Amino acid sequence: MIKLNRRNFIGGAAAAASLPMMASKATAADPLKVGYIYVGPINDGGWNTAHEAGRQQMLKALGDKVQSQYVENVPEGPDAERVLRDLYNQGNRLLYATSFGFMDSAVKVAQAYPDVTVEMCTGFKPSSNNNLSNYNIRFHQARSIFGTMAAMLSKTGVGAYLGTYPVPEVISGINSFTIAARKVNPNWKTKIIWINTWFDPAKEADAARALIDQGADVMTQHTDSPAAVQVCESKGVPTFGQGSDQSQFGPTMCKSSSLDLWGAFYTQRTKAKVDGTWKPEDTYWGFKEGAIDIAPIVHVPDDVKAAGEKIKQGWIDGTYDCYAGPIKDQAGNIKIADGAHATDGDILGMNWLVEGVDGSLPS
Amino acid sequence: MRLKFEKRAEPSRFMLYATPVGAVLLTMLVGAIIFTAIGYNGFGAVYQVFIAPLALSYKWGDIAVKASPLILIGVGLAVGNRAAIWNIGAEGQYIVGALAGTGIGILTKDMHGPWILPLMLVAGMVGGAAWGAVPALLRNRFNVNEVLSSLMLTYVAVHLMNQLVTGPWKDPMGFSFPQTALITADQMLPILVPGTYVHLGIVITLIIAVALWFLMSRSLMGFQVRVVGSAPSAARHGGFSQKQTVWLVFLLSGALAGLAGIFEVTGPFQQMSLGFPQNYGFTAIIVAFLGRLNPLGVILAGIVLAITYVGGDLAQSVLQLPNASKGIFQALMLFFLLASDILIRYRVRLVGAPAPAAVPARSPAE
Amino acid sequence: MSVDFLIAVLITVVGASTPILFAGLGELVTEKSGVLNLGVEGMMLVGAVAGFATVDLTGNPWLAVVVAAAAGALVSMVFAVLTLSLSANQVATGLALTIFGTGLSTLMGKSFTGHGIKAFTTIFPDWLANDRIGKVLFSYSPLVYFSFIMVGLVWWFLNRTRAGLILRAVGENDLSAHSIGYSVTGVRYAAVAFGGAMAGIGGAAFPLVLTPLWAEGLTGGRGWIAIALVVFAGWKPGRLLAGAYFFGLLGTLELYAKASGTVFTALLPSEGWAALPYLATIVALAIISASKAGGGNAPACLGKPFIPST
Repeated sequence: MIKLNRRNFIGGAAAAASLPMMASKATAADPLKVGYIYVGPINDGGWNTAHEAGRQQMLKALGDKVQSQYVENVPEGPDAERVLRDLYNQGNRLLYATSFGFMDSAVKVAQAYPDVTVEMCTGFKPSSNNNLSNYNIRFHQARSIFGTMAAMLSKTGVGAYLGTYPVPEVISGINSFTIAARKVNPNWKTKIIWINTWFDPAKEADAARALIDQGADVMTQHTDSPAAVQVCESKGVPTFGQGSDQSQFGPTMCKSSSLDLWGAFYTQRTKAKVDGTWKPEDTYWGFKEGAIDIAPIVHVPDDVKAAGEKIKQGWIDGTYDCYAGPIKDQAGNIKIADGAHATDGDILGMNWLVEGVDGSLPS
Repeated sequence: MRLKFEKRAEPSRFMLYATPVGAVLLTMLVGAIIFTAIGYNGFGAVYQVFIAPLALSYKWGDIAVKASPLILIGVGLAVGNRAAIWNIGAEGQYIVGALAGTGIGILTKDMHGPWILPLMLVAGMVGGAAWGAVPALLRNRFNVNEVLSSLMLTYVAVHLMNQLVTGPWKDPMGFSFPQTALITADQMLPILVPGTYVHLGIVITLIIAVALWFLMSRSLMGFQVRVVGSAPSAARHGGFSQKQTVWLVFLLSGALAGLAGIFEVTGPFQQMSLGFPQNYGFTAIIVAFLGRLNPLGVILAGIVLAITYVGGDLAQSVLQLPNASKGIFQALMLFFLLASDILIRYRVRLVGAPAPAAVPARSPAE
Repeated sequence: MSVDFLIAVLITVVGASTPILFAGLGELVTEKSGVLNLGVEGMMLVGAVAGFATVDLTGNPWLAVVVAAAAGALVSMVFAVLTLSLSANQVATGLALTIFGTGLSTLMGKSFTGHGIKAFTTIFPDWLANDRIGKVLFSYSPLVYFSFIMVGLVWWFLNRTRAGLILRAVGENDLSAHSIGYSVTGVRYAAVAFGGAMAGIGGAAFPLVLTPLWAEGLTGGRGWIAIALVVFAGWKPGRLLAGAYFFGLLGTLELYAKASGTVFTALLPSEGWAALPYLATIVALAIISASKAGGGNAPACLGKPFIPST
C-alpha cells in the first residue's frame, strides 16, 4: 500500500526547489495563474463549496489558458495576507479572496504588488493601484421567492429565519423574505435567532428546534451547514436550503434551495485578465446575470410553485423588486418611500429590520 | 523480554538536547511515510512543511512573526512548568491582554502622541496578569487545581471577547461585521523590515527570552522556582514560599501572554475580530516542552513550530495537501518528543527476566 | 407556556446533553484513576467521524456506536502509552491528542462531507410515545437511554465493586496501591481506554442523534465542556448526570429565549449564557476544593505521573 518511491521524492523536492524561480520565468505565453483563498474547508457544503464549484467551472471554460491554486481554511487576519503573498510569489497574478474577513489583507496585497489583480468578495474598500475590484451576488433575491412560498405553505402565519451574525447580507435576506411573505399574508411574522457563530451544526440544529417549538411551521436559514434542513425534515416542517441544493438532506421537506453560482463571474473576470481587458469595477450580480438561482421547486402544491416561479421570472426580467417602496421598519417608520427602490448601497449596508420581523438586532 | 527503565544517576545532558532534534527528524520521516501511504506526495509534503520556509528567504519574516507570540508565551510557561505550576490558560490571558490593550486603543483613537502605544502595551500586560491572577488566587486561597481553573478561564475569556467584538466594540463603520475598527497609526508597532510584518515586538520578545534565561539560571528567583518545582520539601526548609512562587509564576506568565496578545493587535492584526484567538496559548505549551523549559530552547522551539505553520500553508497551495495535515505534523512532533522525554532521566534496557520488585518513587521533577 | 412546549424544550435539552454526558462519564473514570486526559475533544471527533463513516457505509447505527467506541479507545492508547508507560506530561500529551484527533478526523472525514445519513430512530413502538407522558419517556434516541444505563453502571462500578475500589485507590494514592500489589499502570490503561471509548460514543452522538451529517470540527468544542463538567460534578456520576443536563439546559435556554422574543435575552447577553458553564465550574471548583469533605473527592494523584523505579 505504501507508494514510497524515488520518483515521488524527487518530484516533490524538485517542484519545491523550482518555486522561487517560477515568478520570474512567467511570460506572456504562459497560462495565467489564478489563486483562490477560502475561509473554510472546500467541502463545507455551503459557502466555500459554492466558490470552489465556480473555480472548477472557470477552469473548465478557460482550459489551458489558466492554471489555478487554492488554499482552504485560511484564518482571517495576518495569515490571510501571508497566504495571498505566497500565492503571488508562486506566480499567481489574479487572486480571488472569497470572504469578507480577507478584505484588509487583500487591499494590502493589492497595494504592495502593482502587477497583481485582486478580486475581493463582499468587500468594499478600493486599492490605490487600481488593481482591486469588489464582487458580490444578490443573495436576497432568492429569499423573496422563499418568503412568498413560505407564507402560502404556512398555517400559523409564523415563519423562522436562522441567522449567523447581523451583517447586511443576512439582514437583507431576512427583510426580503419577510416583505414577500407579507404580500401573501399581511399578518405574517418572521421569528429570528442569531446563533452568533459561523459554523456549529449542533447549535444550528438546536436553534432550528427552538424556532419550530415556538410556533414557526416553515423556516429557512442563513447558516452554512444543512443541520437545520435535517431538523425540518424530521419535524415535517417545510424549509429552504441555502448556498447549494440541500434536498438530499431534506428529501420531502426541503422545497428548494438558493444557489450561489460564482462560475460565470469567475470565468468572465479571469478571461478579461487573460485578454488584458480587466478593469477595476465592482460587480453585484443576481438572477439576471445567472449568479443566483434556485434548485427545482419540489413537493409543493402547483399554485405555490407557480407563485415562486413567477417571482423568479420577475427578478430575471427586472419586473420584480422586493425593495420597492413603501417599506416600513419595525417601528413603523418609512425606510423606502413609495415609488422608490433601495439602492445597491442601501442593500449592501442594510442595518434595520422590516416590520413583521419578530426579533431584534443585537446592539 | 521486557523493557526496563533504569534511573540515571544524573539527567543526561546529551539526551536533553538530542531528543528534540530526534523528535523533529522522526516526525519528518514518519510524516513522509504516512502521507505517502494515504496517497499524497509524502516527501514533498515534508519538504514544504519543514524545509521550504527556510529555503525561501522571503518567508523568514513570516516565520519570525508567527514565532514571536509562541516564544513570548512559551518562555513564561516554561518558568511556571519549572516550578511544577501548570498554567494552561495562557490562551485566555493572551486574549484578555489583547482586549485590555484594545480597550485603551478604542479610548485613544482620536488622540495622538508617542505615549499611546506604550500605554496599550502596559495595559496588555496588566490585563494578562490580572487574568492569570485569578487561578493563582484560587489556588492559594481555596486550594483549587490551577490546571482546571486556568483552562475554564480561557473559555470565559473567549466569550468575553466575542461579546465585546460583536457588541459594544464593533467597528461603527464596519457594516456590523464582528470586528473592531482598525487601530490608528499612533497605535501601531513600528515595522522593522519594510514590506513585512517584522515588528518591534519580535525584538522585545527575544530580549525578554534572553533575560529570563539569565534570571532562571543565575538569579535567586530562578533558583527558588527550580527548587519549588523539583524538591518542594527542600524548598520549605529553605524558606521558599510555595504560595509566593504561585503568584510569581502566574503574574509573570500572564503578563507575558497578555503582552503577546497586544503585540498581535498592534502588529499583524491591527484590530480584534472573532478570528483573533489562534490557539497560540495552547501551542505555546507545546513550545515550552519542545524547548525543554529553557528560555533559549523555547526560542528555537517557537521557530520550529512557526515553520510548520508557514510550511503547512505552502504545502497546501503547492501540493494540495489538506489543511489538517499541519496539525498531524505538529501532534506527531510532540508525541515523539514526549515519548523520548524518559530517555533523559532513564536508561532503557531490554531484559530477559522480570526485574526484582521495584521501589516506587515519583520522579522528582514532574 | 404550555406543557407541550415544555416537553419540546426538554427533548431538545436531552439531545444537547447526551454527548457531554458520555464524554464526561468517560473522563470521570479516567480522572478517578488519577489521570487527566485533556484530549477529550480530539477523541470525540475521531469517534464522530468513525461513527458517521460506519453508518454511511453499512447503514447500521448500532455498529456505529461500537466502532466509535473502539476508535475513541484506540486513539486514547496513544495518550496512555506516552503518559503511563513513558511517563510523559499529561497536560501536554492531552493537548497534543486533541490536535492530533482534530487533524485525523478531518483527514478521515474528507470523503464523507456532504453525505446525509439516517439518524437513530427510537426503539419503542410509536403508540407508546403518543400521549404526553409517553413522549417524555419514550421518544428519545436509544443512545439517550444507554447514557442513563452507563451513569448507573459507572456509579455501581466505582462505589460497589472491588475493581472500582482499586481504581479509586490508584487515583488517591498510587504509591500505596502499588505497594499492596495492584498494577497502577494496568488500572490506568483500562481507565484511559474507557474514557476514550465513552468520548468516542459521545462524539458519535453528534451524527447519530443531533445532526446526521459530518463536518470538520463537528463537536464544536464540547470536549472542553465535558472536562469542565467532570470538575463541576465533583467527580460523582450522579452529579455528572445532573450537571450535563444543567449545561445542556443553559445552552438550549439561550436559543429558546431568543426565539421567544426579546424578554429573556435582556437578562444576560448571549455570550454570557455561553460562558455560564465555565463560570459555574470555577465556582464549584472553589467550593469543592475549599471544603475538606468535598476536597477529598478530587483524586489526589490527578495529573501526576507514576514511575516505579529501582
